[in-house]
Amino acid sequence: MTERKIRVLVAKPGLDGHDRGAKVIARALRDAGMEVIYTGLRQTPEQVAEAAVQEDVDVVALSLLSGAHMTLMPRVVELLRQKDASDIVVLGGGVIPPDDAAELKKRGVREIFGPGTPTDVIVDYVRKAAAARAA
Amino acid sequence: MAMLPREGAALAERVLQGDRRAVARAITLVESRDPEGRALMAALYPRTGRAAVVGVTGPPGSGKSTLVDRLIEHHRKAGRTVGVIAVDPSSPFTGGALLGDRVRMEKRATDPDVFIRSMATRGHLGGLSRAAADAARILDASGKDVVLVETVGVGQAEVDVVRLAETVLVVAVPGMGDEIQNIKAGLMEIGDVFVVNKADREGADRTVAELQAWLEHSAAGWSPPVVRTVAATGQGVEELAGEIGKHREWLLAHGGMEAKRRQQAEAELLDAAGEAAVRAARASPRYQKAVEAVARREADPYTALGEL
Repeated sequence: MTERKIRVLVAKPGLDGHDRGAKVIARALRDAGMEVIYTGLRQTPEQVAEAAVQEDVDVVALSLLSGAHMTLMPRVVELLRQKDASDIVVLGGGVIPPDDAAELKKRGVREIFGPGTPTDVIVDYVRKAAAARAA
Repeated sequence: MAMLPREGAALAERVLQGDRRAVARAITLVESRDPEGRALMAALYPRTGRAAVVGVTGPPGSGKSTLVDRLIEHHRKAGRTVGVIAVDPSSPFTGGALLGDRVRMEKRATDPDVFIRSMATRGHLGGLSRAAADAARILDASGKDVVLVETVGVGQAEVDVVRLAETVLVVAVPGMGDEIQNIKAGLMEIGDVFVVNKADREGADRTVAELQAWLEHSAAGWSPPVVRTVAATGQGVEELAGEIGKHREWLLAHGGMEAKRRQQAEAELLDAAGEAAVRAARASPRYQKAVEAVARREADPYTALGEL
């Protein structure tokens, strides 16, 4: 009778106030039956990583439109590693040039989703990532 | 005594040491009603009962999360460690949930002496109160001095959740047709301390007066105070914390704590019994057949249950 749910932290690190995309993703994941923890705007990587640990999420979805992705996204990955939580999958979304995306993936961000990515692609990715993690 | 799986035992040990990752994993286990969670609770339960557990409930939008944030701030200033369980509803249609209570508590996110966990009501058949009670016990066992359990006071399941607390705060706001609505929701009976939040708004005096008038008729013993707060600014929070403390002292002085613990023990035991019965029924090889037989009116539910 166990019912393990997929839990996702949707966070907006950095200083931009554009949370439309994050909210759309949060809602799509919720509608797909997942539990989404939304942390609000202007989170530091420390706040994001700590919340991910406390909430025991499978996936952290970072939305960033300020251009600071090269600093902030790898920082979240690194902090999770320090907290012995590198099994938590980190995904990134926002306006991120292809070269940056490739570099971010090298530095531990599992996947990057650009503007216009259909929400069901992201839902599907999260589901698979969570399943692979549980296995 | 049940055998303790090694993983559960190791996890329990780490919870007792206050390891945050372990606490988070442990809550996931009890929340998922994982069999391993039972072994874990068996190991942790004797080490609980130390924390002051406070329930916070009230209608949506009454400012519960902001108030909880202020209470965390208050306790941290006094050097006390704090755990929070924030319960929000799951969608009955998709089973998903959007849990946003952390937004109001973001300043506490990196305080190592604060642990905040969001919890969805999920579809459990009465299992929510079990899962939330276990989660609160885990925070207690991990060494938190105060555990705050926040839930929307809309349904019986949510009301049951705050009953695991020693002190229950019921939060109202001016101008919501409060009195009648609150009585309907059964909140008046469970409150030990009443809060009129957003008390800088018009109609606060009336809401306070209505609550006080209702409370005059309550049974002898502890008489629940009505406290005005403005959680957004922190106004009234010290007074509120004082009243919560007084209620705890009153319980300790009048034998109320023992009575409360006994009631809780009984509720927890019956919850566990109900859960075990549901589990057993579902595990029966004849379960699906029984459901179909009842659906076709070939059997009634009571007879079908007897045959499972």
